[in-house]
Amino acid sequence: MNKLTFITAAFALMAGAAAAQDNVRIGTEGAFPPFNFINDSGEIAGFERDLGDELCRRAELSCTWVTTDWDSIIPNLTAGNYDVIMAGMSITDERREVIAFSDAYFPELPSAYAAPTEDANIGDGAVVAAQTNTVQANYVAESGATMLEFATPDETVAAVRNGEADAVFADKDFLAPIVAESGGDLVWVTGQDDIRLGEGFGLGLRQSDEELRERLSTAIQSMKDDGSLNELLTQWFGEEAVHF
Amino acid sequence: MFAACADPASLEGLVWMMCYLTSGKHLMFYMSFGTVLLVLAATAPLALGFGYGAAMAARSSAAPLRWFGHGYISMVRGVPDIIFFLFVPIALDQGIEYLLSRAVCDPSVPVRQGSDFIVCAAAKVPAVTAAPWVHNAYAIFLAVIAFAIVFGAFAGNVLYGAMKAVPRAQLETAEAYGMSRAQINRRVLVPQMWTYALPGLSNLWMLLIKATPLLFILGVQDIVYWARELGGSKSHHYDYPHPDWRLYYFTGLLVFYLLMTMLSERVLDRLRARLSRGQATLAGEQMRKALA
Repeated sequence: MNKLTFITAAFALMAGAAAAQDNVRIGTEGAFPPFNFINDSGEIAGFERDLGDELCRRAELSCTWVTTDWDSIIPNLTAGNYDVIMAGMSITDERREVIAFSDAYFPELPSAYAAPTEDANIGDGAVVAAQTNTVQANYVAESGATMLEFATPDETVAAVRNGEADAVFADKDFLAPIVAESGGDLVWVTGQDDIRLGEGFGLGLRQSDEELRERLSTAIQSMKDDGSLNELLTQWFGEEAVHF
Repeated sequence: MFAACADPASLEGLVWMMCYLTSGKHLMFYMSFGTVLLVLAATAPLALGFGYGAAMAARSSAAPLRWFGHGYISMVRGVPDIIFFLFVPIALDQGIEYLLSRAVCDPSVPVRQGSDFIVCAAAKVPAVTAAPWVHNAYAIFLAVIAFAIVFGAFAGNVLYGAMKAVPRAQLETAEAYGMSRAQINRRVLVPQMWTYALPGLSNLWMLLIKATPLLFILGVQDIVYWARELGGSKSHHYDYPHPDWRLYYFTGLLVFYLLMTMLSERVLDRLRARLSRGQATLAGEQMRKALA
């Protein structure tokens, strides 16, 4: 009898532990439309929200979303405040030294320069705005232009609008709706609107969370295989966007 | 919120503005004012408590206690605030989780693995499954502790000085009446000390109000976070697209902080008058003459 109770208790404990592991917190920035943003109801929305919820469903995880500012998004992951980063983060070797990445869920990203005029100078002597700690910031730093760094993507665009910077260098899919809706105030810089950096966007995970990484990569692969990831890409970025 | 707001794209002018200002996101913005007031209301008494403890410790006749009091006051005052605001919540959070993990997790699993800080699910504070508001409340709690530690040190210095400013003759008279040390503190020292402490404490209160935007750094979504988030230009992905309106939002914050300051000034003035009553200080003397 005692033995039976013990075994039952042990199973209950194991089930409890397994259930606890299936709860995953996803950290995002919430300031990077259309990838992730706080919609007008105050909820996290965007391409990554839709994709993340679907990945969680396929990997049988119960996910909750939290926002954090970009600068501390990696330290907060390694400190265990959440388990996954899904915030339009490019997979780079520098970041690989600290965290692990899943397979890419967004293709190698095109970056673009947007400026008030098509022939704006973006090289020597120019001032270019970029977001801190991004692949674009690294690129601008090596381009010879003076870099103006900002904490949020929105501020980089504001800097060009108010004349503080000559151009902004950011993800093309982030800039595209802004350029389209600017009424000609912002245009692509000729020949500089499709620069490929990084290896695409991936989920950021702790290096010790190998099992979770595999589960999510499997889910991403299954979405690539059945075409549902491409459908989501079309839904959020249009037909002309890069697909898998 | 209103039925008329169901399709924002079809709205115009005043109705659009009304719907915009009552969107779920704006309601969160309005609630964050409550968060800031809550943090102020919780921090002020806690910091005063820390400060009182530190001042008492610094005046203690037991040397280790005295060292502790002076050490706390001068150390915290000497280090930039922002370092404490960043350090205290992380140290508290990881400290609690570390100690808990040693008790409830498998102790053979190291907490530090490479760059990762890992404790088992049972030692997570708050639990992974906890509702989002619990996580928010926990972040606010850590922020309040951090604020209280920093402002407590300043308050401690103010109170320590104020206690020294109470005329020695007052305390000696109390001693002559045969009061114990605790009685002297309670009946003579503390009631007289306030009038000397108030100018310094009112300064601290003003600084505390102005320091609340630091909550944003601690991951609490305060009014500055929402003002920046709402003010930024919005493309068609949002229900209410608009250009960069940060200027208006920050102007709103400016008005809020000025109102807070004005209100505080008034309350502090009344408090100052109340505490000067019957005191042998310059202000008290003037009040006595005005009444006579």
